[in-house]
Amino acid sequence: MSKKLKHEFVEKHVGWLSILMIIAIAIGGLVEITPLLYQKQTNEPVVGLQPYSALELEGRDIYIREGCNNCHSQMIRPFRHETERYGHYSLAGEHVWEHPFLWGSKRTGPDLARVGQRYSDEWHYVHLMNPRDVVPESNMPAYPWLDENTLDGELTAKKMQVFRSFGVPYTDEDIAGAKEAVQGKTEMEALIAYLQSLGTALQRAE
Amino acid sequence: MSSFWSAWIIVLTLGTLIGLIWLLRWNMSNYTDVPEGEEMDHDFDGIVEINNPLPTWWTYLFWVCLAWAFVYLALYPGLGNFKGLLGWSSSNQQVRSLEESQQAVQAAREDGDIVQYDREIRRAQEEFGPIFQAFAQQPIKDLIKDEQALKIGQRLYLQNCAQCHGSNAMGGKGFPNLTDDDWLYGGSPEDIKVSLLEGRRGNMPSWNEQFNEQQISELATYVLSLSGRKVDTEMAKAGEQNFAVCAACHGQDGKGNQSLGAPNLTDNIWLYGGSQAAVEETLREGRFGVMPAWKDILGEDKIHIISAYVYSLSNESEEE
Repeated sequence: MSKKLKHEFVEKHVGWLSILMIIAIAIGGLVEITPLLYQKQTNEPVVGLQPYSALELEGRDIYIREGCNNCHSQMIRPFRHETERYGHYSLAGEHVWEHPFLWGSKRTGPDLARVGQRYSDEWHYVHLMNPRDVVPESNMPAYPWLDENTLDGELTAKKMQVFRSFGVPYTDEDIAGAKEAVQGKTEMEALIAYLQSLGTALQRAE
Repeated sequence: MSSFWSAWIIVLTLGTLIGLIWLLRWNMSNYTDVPEGEEMDHDFDGIVEINNPLPTWWTYLFWVCLAWAFVYLALYPGLGNFKGLLGWSSSNQQVRSLEESQQAVQAAREDGDIVQYDREIRRAQEEFGPIFQAFAQQPIKDLIKDEQALKIGQRLYLQNCAQCHGSNAMGGKGFPNLTDDDWLYGGSPEDIKVSLLEGRRGNMPSWNEQFNEQQISELATYVLSLSGRKVDTEMAKAGEQNFAVCAACHGQDGKGNQSLGAPNLTDNIWLYGGSQAAVEETLREGRFGVMPAWKDILGEDKIHIISAYVYSLSNESEEE
C-alpha cells in the first residue's frame, strides 16, 4: 500500500476517520480524567466528613428537582475574592460521596458550598417562602409549595442503599431508620436540613 | 500519585507530542507521487486539487506551539509527579482539614514552592492586615468616630449581615432591628461583639401544653397591657395570675433579662409582631431565634469593626 493510498483511505472512509478521531480525542481523557479515578486525593474523604442523613439526602433530591444547581454553584475556587466571601476553597475530599456532584457552573445566586450554619433555619424558611421578605433585591423565585408537600419516605432507604453501593458508608441502622426519619417531614424541612449541612465538614474537624 | 499513574501521564503526554512532531514532519514532505504544484487528478466541475505544500507560516506556528509545550511542561506541573522547575501550583490540594491547610501553607513556604493562592492571601495580609489590626486595637467607642472604620464596617455588614437584618439594619419579623437601641442580649460594645463572635440561641418555650387556649389568650392580653396598650382589663387580670412562669425569664415587671436574651415586654417593640394573635402564637409555639456564630467565618478583627458599625447605628458619636 503506497503512502498515497493510506491518506486516501482515511479521507474516503468516514467510519475509519471517526474511529481514528475518537482515539485522538480520547487521549486527552485518558491523561486528564482516568488517573483521577484512582487518586487518594480525589477518593479519600476530608477529616470529619459524614454521609448525608436520611432527611438531608431527601433535601438534596429536592435541591436537584427544583434546579437550584442551575443558579447556585457549590464550588469555591482558590481565589481570594471567593474565599473572602464564601470561606475556605472547596476540597476534592469534601465531595467524594456526592453522586452526582452539584458543583454547577453558573452563579446567578451566590455559591452555596459553605452555606451550612451561616444563617438560621428560620431565615432559610422565610427566604424560601419568599426571598424578597428578607432580601428585597433578590431575584430568586419563591418555593412556597415546599412547605405544603410532605415526604412519605417510601424510597429513602432504597436511595441510601444505592448510595452505599457507590461506597457511601451508610450503616444498616441508617437504612433501617430512614423511612421513619423523613416520614411526615415537609420538603421544606428536608431542603433546609440539606442546606445547613453544606460545607460544614471542614469546621467539624477542628 | 502512584508511580504507575505518573508514568501513564508522562508516556501519553510525551508520546502525543512526539507523535505530533512526526505528523508535522511527514506532512511537510511530499509523500505523493505528484510533484509539488501539479494537479492531483481530482477534477470537479472544473475545480482542480493542486498538490501544494502546507503554508510556511502555519508550520512555523505549529513548531512554536510544540516548543512552548515542552517549555511549559518543564516549568509547570503537567508530567505526573514532576512538580515543574518553578515549583508552582494554584493551591494546596492535598489537604483534608483546615489544620492541614494551615500546615500546607507553612510547608510550601519553607520549601520555597510558589502556591498562587497562598501568595495572593499573603499579599493581601501585608497590605490590609495592618489596617485591620490598627482598628482592632482601638476601643469600639472610639472607633465609631472613625469614618474609614465605619465605612469598612458597613461594607462587611452589607456583605454578611444584611441578609437577615436588612440593608438598612431595621430587621424584620424574627430578625432584630439593630437601630432602635433595644437589645435582647445587651447593647454595650462588648455585648454586641460577643453576639457576633459566638452567636445567640433564643429559647422561648412553647406553652401549648401547660395552658389552654383561654389562658393563652389571657396571658397575651396581659403581656400587651405591659406596654401600655388598651386591653380588656378582665382578661389582663386573669392573665396576670399565670404570669409567674413568664417572670422567671422576663422578670416580675416584664422588663426582660439580657443575660438570658429574654426581651423586655414593656417597650412595645415586638420581634415577632405585637398583635394579640402574634403574641398568642409566640406563647403557643415558642420562639427559637438563632444568631449564627461568625468567629470562624470572619475572624475577630473584622468582627470588631462590624461591632463598631452596629454600635454606631444606635449611638451617635459624641462630637468634641
